[in-house]
Amino acid sequence: MSDFDPKIVAFCCDQSGYPAADMAGNLKLKVPQNVEIVRVPCAGRIETIYLLRALEKGADGVLIFGCYEENCQFLRGNFRAKSRLSYASQILEKIGLEKERLEFCHLATNCGVKFVETLQQKSEALKRLGPNPAKIA
Amino acid sequence: MIKAEQKPVDEILKYLEPYNKILLAGCGACVTVCHAGGEKEVSLLASTLRMARQKIGKPLEVIEATPTRQCEPEFALELSERVANVEAVVSISCGVGVQTVVRHFLKTPIFPGVNTTFLGETMVHGVWEERCQACGNCVLEKTGGICPIARCAKQLFNGPCGGSSKGKCEIKRETDCAWQLIYDRLKALGQLHKMEEIIPAKRWGVESRDSGPRRIVREDLKV
Repeated sequence: MSDFDPKIVAFCCDQSGYPAADMAGNLKLKVPQNVEIVRVPCAGRIETIYLLRALEKGADGVLIFGCYEENCQFLRGNFRAKSRLSYASQILEKIGLEKERLEFCHLATNCGVKFVETLQQKSEALKRLGPNPAKIA
Repeated sequence: MIKAEQKPVDEILKYLEPYNKILLAGCGACVTVCHAGGEKEVSLLASTLRMARQKIGKPLEVIEATPTRQCEPEFALELSERVANVEAVVSISCGVGVQTVVRHFLKTPIFPGVNTTFLGETMVHGVWEERCQACGNCVLEKTGGICPIARCAKQLFNGPCGGSSKGKCEIKRETDCAWQLIYDRLKALGQLHKMEEIIPAKRWGVESRDSGPRRIVREDLKV
């Protein structure tokens, strides 16, 4: 599957992930092509169903870019997102999907390089996993 | 309120093997509060089932619905049109809701998607504990408001047993001894004399369900 270009949905917290993505753009860093960024006011806004629905509707992997621990403007949004991601991972395992398709990345506004590196690593990891066999779209 | 837990996905998928189009029906009451069968859980389970079936090359169409209360005929009947267009229904309401749907849609297979577990209290968000077994004759007045039927592993009416140790139950060490709680509560209320009162054996056959399913009839409410 050398021509497989994994589709990644990246949920980006408005306080960290999204400004980091912005920075990556300003620095003209090379972001994997098949990435769809979903801007959210806080990682805590991301419901478990968003993660499943992303996979169901065509993503091969999902990343959440949220704030560092103790750095959430809404105090516990990043922890909530991690709990929900963990719950979604358990659901994936129950139906035989790789939990590695979901990942949380802590960063801050000035982490443009980390943002891109994480996406690149995810894209490579997903190439090794292969296409998501449960996508319906 | 009634507490429930979702059944293993494998079990639900097994029920649905012969079907290609189903209705997944939640309930907006008790199972919403305990996050087992509300609108959110309907979405999650529907997505899970669709992906699981897609993965094995046997797509499943899932229609989602969450009536306000599945255990009331008025609300259950709101599902009529949708039930008519599917091959089977998975209800993630409690066992009462499942049976209400069964009573109204006799020709469609209805499967339970949750295990109805107990009548309980929310301790903190995400943690529920059993508090009532609907035994039919409440004794909370005699026991300081702590139920020995629901909270004592041995359902003792005149406890504690000899197994209570440091306030914990011998059956499950992490569980508080109900009779220790009753003693502490009665002491705090200055009503320790109630511990000396013998509570007569429960008439399970008359008060509870040992003589079959119970029924309440209120003539003034009938229409």
